[in-house]
Amino acid sequence: MKKLIGALLGSMVLAAAPVALSAEATKELKMAYDADPVTLDIHEQLSGGILQLSHMTFDPLVRWKSDLSFEPRLAESWERVDENTMRFKLREGVKFHSGNELTAADVKFTLDRLKRSQDFKAIFKPFSGINIIDDYTFELVTSEPYPLVLNTATYIFPLDSEFYSGQTEGGKDKSAILKHGNSFASENLSGTGPYTVTRRKQGVRMEFERFEDYWDTDSPGNVGKIVLTPIKENNTRVSALLSGGVDFIAPVPPNDLERIKRDKNANLVTMSGTRVILFQMNQERVEAFKDPKVRQAFAYAINQEGIAAKIMKGFATPAAQMSPAGYQGHNESLAPRFDVEKAQALMKEAGYEDGFTISMMAPNNRYVNDDKIAQAVAAMLSRINIKVDLKTLPKAQYWTEFDNRAADMMLIGWHADTEDSANFFEFLTFCPDADSGAGQYNAGNYCNPEVDALVDKASVETDLDKRAAMLQEAEKRLYDDAAFVPLHWQDLAWASKKNVNIEPVLNVMNFPYLGDLVVE
Amino acid sequence: MLAFLVQRISQALLVMFVISVIAFAIQDGLGDPLQEMVGMSVSEEEREVIREELGLNDPVLVQYLRFAGNALQGDLGNSYFYSKPALEVIAEHLPATLELVIGASLIIVFLSVPIGVYAAIRPQAWLSKFFMGISTVGISIPVFLTAIVLIQLFSIGVTVNWFPSGSGWGQWLNDFFSTDGGMPSYGRGDDLVHLFGTWDSGLFTSDGLAHLVLPCVSLASIMLPLFIRLIRAEMMEVLQSDYIRYARAKGLSADRINFLHALKNTMLPVITVGGVQIGIMVAYTILTETVFQWPGLGLMFLEAITRSDIPLIVAYLMVVGLIFVVTNTLVDLIYGLVNPTVKLTGKKA
Repeated sequence: MKKLIGALLGSMVLAAAPVALSAEATKELKMAYDADPVTLDIHEQLSGGILQLSHMTFDPLVRWKSDLSFEPRLAESWERVDENTMRFKLREGVKFHSGNELTAADVKFTLDRLKRSQDFKAIFKPFSGINIIDDYTFELVTSEPYPLVLNTATYIFPLDSEFYSGQTEGGKDKSAILKHGNSFASENLSGTGPYTVTRRKQGVRMEFERFEDYWDTDSPGNVGKIVLTPIKENNTRVSALLSGGVDFIAPVPPNDLERIKRDKNANLVTMSGTRVILFQMNQERVEAFKDPKVRQAFAYAINQEGIAAKIMKGFATPAAQMSPAGYQGHNESLAPRFDVEKAQALMKEAGYEDGFTISMMAPNNRYVNDDKIAQAVAAMLSRINIKVDLKTLPKAQYWTEFDNRAADMMLIGWHADTEDSANFFEFLTFCPDADSGAGQYNAGNYCNPEVDALVDKASVETDLDKRAAMLQEAEKRLYDDAAFVPLHWQDLAWASKKNVNIEPVLNVMNFPYLGDLVVE
Repeated sequence: MLAFLVQRISQALLVMFVISVIAFAIQDGLGDPLQEMVGMSVSEEEREVIREELGLNDPVLVQYLRFAGNALQGDLGNSYFYSKPALEVIAEHLPATLELVIGASLIIVFLSVPIGVYAAIRPQAWLSKFFMGISTVGISIPVFLTAIVLIQLFSIGVTVNWFPSGSGWGQWLNDFFSTDGGMPSYGRGDDLVHLFGTWDSGLFTSDGLAHLVLPCVSLASIMLPLFIRLIRAEMMEVLQSDYIRYARAKGLSADRINFLHALKNTMLPVITVGGVQIGIMVAYTILTETVFQWPGLGLMFLEAITRSDIPLIVAYLMVVGLIFVVTNTLVDLIYGLVNPTVKLTGKKA
């Protein structure tokens, strides 16, 4: 049959082969992601796809290294001038794709635009302004002492102010950020990054070419052309790699990890991620959840290690807190506390020995195996006589229900945009306050003003050791109080062909620095 | 003829009106389109501003009237995700789907007619029994499974070592059951030829055709057995009829009886079913296109649903409704050509 089919199909495959061969000489990279960037305007949406695009076509002032320290990029050096001011020295001689040269004025233009962006303005809220000292020196000023200036600087990808200013032929403002509708920036791009966008067909393919005047001449990257194809279906994406159709894929679904590991032509890289998955217990809907003993009983009843091993196939790190290892707030002393007998005893103490019935909701296409995780948790809760009425929904419908706090227990995954612990508290456990926006995703209605005050204090503490101690204390208090049921941090996985050396460019933020990628 | 067309056009308008009403009625259940448009940490106030801009806060009736008013002028609204008119997005995705459906239809026509006719003329031949057996299996395998198996066999490749490789015959058997892989498993390839408008075709390059093979075979696999069985059954029935016996008695050659007299009458019901099935095939493209990341209407529609891109969903449903009406109208016209005694409007001639 091999020969028969080979003869039948050989002609077509052979005809396609010379294209692939000549492409190899110029180091072309074909990659498949689960989605492509929705726009070329990097300030229009804060999402993984857009950040990936930002790193390919722009450069940040500083960027994260894989050990969560900072690496200078467009900012050569920086120093704290006083509590509220950080001075940056900009790299000289950096060119934009348009040919314009990067100066401090571009950074100011970018910061002003970020503060206008609906998605980014929250991150840049602490910043009150920018002082331009000279063409290559500027100061970022915050209204209060702010420990996360550098974390935030990873989001400042200077835009070409000349390119994005003025009016289009149609009389539209070039700097406009439009969520819905065509803006100049959503279709045109000029950054300092290693690649320019040469072709884009949304949802089908995107092509990049190496920027000739790229400033970072020390970069080992040797990829001249990148073709990005969005492949949403997990199976198809893996097949595309195994059949040699693409060189690099992400994300890799847990069910296919073994298959890729076994394949002799493929290379799999996994690392522990920073997105935490947890359940919130709504105290407003269920009286019993006001009792810390009941919440603790729930925490004791859940076997995080079992979920990570069986449902996530080892592709997750069991969690007992929100901050992953490497974050300032990560408290080493907190460990998962699965103990059914203890849980039953706590329920008895609280007077709920016979249990009660709760409703539970989870998405079924947002996080890795989210619906299966919810089913497992529901089953585990039956050990303490809790009957769970579980409903899983597609993400498009889930978040509406989440905003309405429509179930007694709801699942959420959270990744801190600032790569910092305080962000978890602010969104997930702060006392909900519609005016300030605090606790926007606190579907448990858990409220502990003392912890909130502690985190607020940490947010203006620029002594990082003191700050870490405060945040770790906050994690410990929430743990003791069983404010929520943490499950795990989702691991990250990428896979490539053997000749694509992806490991050095990967990091826990899940945007590979493709400018430095080496293809052998 | 004119009366017939007028009748069909008014039917089409009615169908599209009903579809648009239904689509609007269920839109609340489709989820919040904003979830895909903004990041998680965007505040409720900011979201409210965008909702207001998009007109999502108006009552459904107001939204529908606004939509209907624009629709009468040929504007079905803008897709939230693509930030472009929904009809333009559909026009960009339509060619890929049409090529897929054309490819699958060609496979069906060129395989089902000869096999069906052969199986009807020689029902006892082992080859007929073989084809009938295969078609029973084929009809019961879901299309996405077919697709995944095809990808495994012909894109990734399978190495078999069931037989002892030391001996010559074992190695030969292993080779016989192993496959090389190498067929494209996703997308339409790099080598497309621009025809006109939004139509970039993969039909004119070897790379484009290679990309078509597996998706077309998968899509055809679901309909092919049905047509083989339908043609066989119809043909066998026709062969029993009086006029065929009379022709035999008259001494006409077997070929003339089978292929001129019998086949023509066999094809009438087949064409009717075919017209309906082409519409259903457009629906099956949703599965096929998802598995092969084929950038056509089906994949676009599925993604629009996960993104709650309501204008695009409504526009897609209306366009597909239109395709159904048009294909059925064409089938009725062809019907008239094949059998002149059929009157389109049902009136007496």
